[in-house]
Amino acid sequence: MSEVILSARDVVREYGGSGRSNASRGKVDAVAPSRVLGGLRDRAGAIFGIGNTPLRAVDGVSLEVRRGRTLGIVGESGCGKSTLARMMVGLLAPTSGNIELDGRSVEELAREDRQKLHRKVQMVFQDPLGSLNPRKTVRAILEAPLKALHGMDQKARRERVAELMSLVSLRAEFTERYPHEFSGGQAQRIGIARALAADPELIILDEPVSALDVSVQAQVLSLLADLQARLDLTYVFISHDLAVVETISDEVVVMYLGRIVERGSREEIFADPRHEYTRLLLSSVPGKHRARARA
Amino acid sequence: MTFTAPKIDEKPASTIARAAPVPVQSGRPSAWRRLTSNSVASFGLALLAVIVLIALAAPILPLADPNITDVAHRLAPAFSAGHLLGTDQVGRDILARLIWGTRVSLAVGVAAALTAALIGSAIGLFAAFYGNIVDMLLMRGIDMLMAFPYLLLALAIVAALGPGLLNAMVAIIIVNIPFFARAVRGATLAVVRADFMAAARLSGLSDLEIVATELFPNVLPTIVITLSTTVGWMILETAGLSFLGLGAQPPQADLGGMLGDGRNLIQVAPHVATIPGVVILLLAIGINLVGDGLRDVLDPKLKSGGIARALAKTAAAPADERKRKLSSLPQPSTATVPLSLRSLETHFLIGEEVYRAVGGVDLEVKPGEAVGIVGESGSGKTVTALSILGLVATPPGRIVGGEIAHHGEDLVGAPLARLQAIRGNRIAYVFQDPLTTLNPLISIGEQIAEGIRRHQGLPRAEAMRRAVALLEAVRIPDAERRVGAYPHELSGGQRQRVGIAMALANDPEIIVADEPTTALDVTTQAQILRLLNELRRERGAALVFISHDVGVIAELCDTVNVMYGGRIVESGPVDAVLGAPRHPYTQRLLACVPELGRAERRIDPIPGLPPATNALPPGCAFAPRCHLADGKCSVGEIGLETIGEKHKVRCVHAELTAA
Repeated sequence: MSEVILSARDVVREYGGSGRSNASRGKVDAVAPSRVLGGLRDRAGAIFGIGNTPLRAVDGVSLEVRRGRTLGIVGESGCGKSTLARMMVGLLAPTSGNIELDGRSVEELAREDRQKLHRKVQMVFQDPLGSLNPRKTVRAILEAPLKALHGMDQKARRERVAELMSLVSLRAEFTERYPHEFSGGQAQRIGIARALAADPELIILDEPVSALDVSVQAQVLSLLADLQARLDLTYVFISHDLAVVETISDEVVVMYLGRIVERGSREEIFADPRHEYTRLLLSSVPGKHRARARA
Repeated sequence: MTFTAPKIDEKPASTIARAAPVPVQSGRPSAWRRLTSNSVASFGLALLAVIVLIALAAPILPLADPNITDVAHRLAPAFSAGHLLGTDQVGRDILARLIWGTRVSLAVGVAAALTAALIGSAIGLFAAFYGNIVDMLLMRGIDMLMAFPYLLLALAIVAALGPGLLNAMVAIIIVNIPFFARAVRGATLAVVRADFMAAARLSGLSDLEIVATELFPNVLPTIVITLSTTVGWMILETAGLSFLGLGAQPPQADLGGMLGDGRNLIQVAPHVATIPGVVILLLAIGINLVGDGLRDVLDPKLKSGGIARALAKTAAAPADERKRKLSSLPQPSTATVPLSLRSLETHFLIGEEVYRAVGGVDLEVKPGEAVGIVGESGSGKTVTALSILGLVATPPGRIVGGEIAHHGEDLVGAPLARLQAIRGNRIAYVFQDPLTTLNPLISIGEQIAEGIRRHQGLPRAEAMRRAVALLEAVRIPDAERRVGAYPHELSGGQRQRVGIAMALANDPEIIVADEPTTALDVTTQAQILRLLNELRRERGAALVFISHDVGVIAELCDTVNVMYGGRIVESGPVDAVLGAPRHPYTQRLLACVPELGRAERRIDPIPGLPPATNALPPGCAFAPRCHLADGKCSVGEIGLETIGEKHKVRCVHAELTAA
């Protein structure tokens, strides 16, 4: 078995309560406004289970990611998978517990040597267009990490941008265009190229194909598999779509309400689920009778 | 896991996604054209341009010296020799003073606006970016500034600094900073949460670089809007302070000062005060009209084509024009069929471009049948569904061809009142996002009861009793109590149950469900699908179910229609179409979908992108991406041919596609 590149130990992340907010909290904030409604707080709290006590998005997660492999994290909305992703790349700090990348604390690296951290771990986001600055050209977006993380000069950057565009199968002349000129699938390729620009070892993919049409989703999945083989990348692939996770992962963890309820190899999880929730998830996927009919 | 990975190095021409980017913008008018096409704004722009040009040209115009007094000719009326607009109380030329004064007022107003924008925007940007303590300190400071009436504050500042144009400007800058700080902070907060901010952080950019290159360009429109709507005020405020003698000091002319000078002479020589007053008025009008125009252009909410309200019913071409093509088609068995679409064409006219969203769709819904429509985004499935009851927004949508028959009655040409009698009654809709389709301010019970009262004329109490029964029917626990709940108090799955209850309220004959489970988690989706299926069978309603998800369609539908590029390319019983597809698009679409339990299967992506509906290729829209395509595919009209029992396919190579 290959060596561990990233490990999480008893990671907890809470929102609210102590008020440890952060400018880049991300979409987990969607639950926050309901706590501001003053008088409604108790009613909302009764319904959603978030009174004055802080909301635990991630509640004691431990896992290991092995070099060169793909770890799939699957779960429904609100299970804490995106919060976990943001902690893995150092955008969020855990409330307690520790995430280590090659033996060094991600939280510490994020504080002390962010450049070094982001040369190792990158992220691809769910919303392809939302993750690209609408007022920057593709070239500017791709050159930013080359300059800031690798200190490349202009000539080297130019060559590397051309190389990146070819890696994600986009035409070189697209570099002078703005994000709104691209379709979702093309924009996601640019998002992937931006992550690759850092030349990372580990890429956290947070629902990278959820916003895409199926035919485009297949293109992006195929591209990701191809890149992994060519560049020796390690993936953490987060998704709510079980079939997609099954397609791309080597190991899988299933999250529910901030905790890991089951973990195992792809075969174990999908062929022989042990936890009640995993079974419920699998039985909920529509269209299975079609697969059975043809199998 | 097996993928057919694209080999980019070997065959660069055929690799995926090498098609040109989608021309998203093409049909949309540019910002400048939208500004100048607004007649009110262009008037303001012209007015402002004239005033600014004259003020700028002051040094080269043949004007008298504005500060030379000539008491002998004091208070000369307008149009007197040598003084076009007369003279003031010490005999200075009013025209010269006016033009030089406008120059000063404009300069002070614009300089004050720019400085206030700079300082206020910086405060707003940093407060929103750093949040927490920085935000608290900066914004509480702003709150303190705003706690004083702004004119009093300006007066107090000038009183402390002493009168003078520069001090007046400082006062105006200070009182206007809060407007910018607040507007920019609000706009920044929306941007700070965007994923590209996180991406910039991951790209290794420093905080300062992020603020300068990521945040600032994205809040710039807000700054410009705030600037354009406040610069008029600032000129007025400068004039106000000068009027009170706190701004420009004699002998320097500015508009407010001139107005103040003329105030005492209003009985004797009204022109001395009136003329600068008129110029202030024109200036303010010009600036505000341009400001409003700019706001309309830059505000993304207004971008898609003005504030035009959609009509209550989709516009349609006259019946004879629409049905021209239909005469050649066989007449359907009309009166018994609840819903039949024949050759439906719905187009969107955006700018100069015609988007053929639906390009000739035939669809028949029999009593109690579940008809699926599956396709990728832009394939026209939603527009088809919305066309049925004239719900496509007009402008820009328009039904240009075909007919929609409800028991033989043409719905496209039906008057609005007739459509409204059918909507939510005989034919009901369930939409994708229950959070945006439910009114947040009205309890769910009231919203369900509304449709019952409208169509069945029941009294409120009776309608509410029905609403409770419907909530029970869609398995909402404790319906009696939850009937008074508001949408935000329910989970996503429960909200969609309410949406279904509303659709069921009048026992419809047909339910049109447009991606009703797409926004839901998979376990919730399974519950909702089960519910829809049970209710449909219990109540004998037909279902038109739209989805991008082949699995969902397979689970629920009897027949399925596969759409591509605005047309149905394959249709038939679910088992036939999804089990043994014959159109190359259906085949390749199914090959793209990962299936649970079949991870060893090849995922074979379709090269290229779906066509834009404003640039559909001739013949088969899928031909440019199809491995079977040849010359025959791109010529003329390709019909939907029957190839099996009720199984139809629109492909000239259908004989090649059998498994």
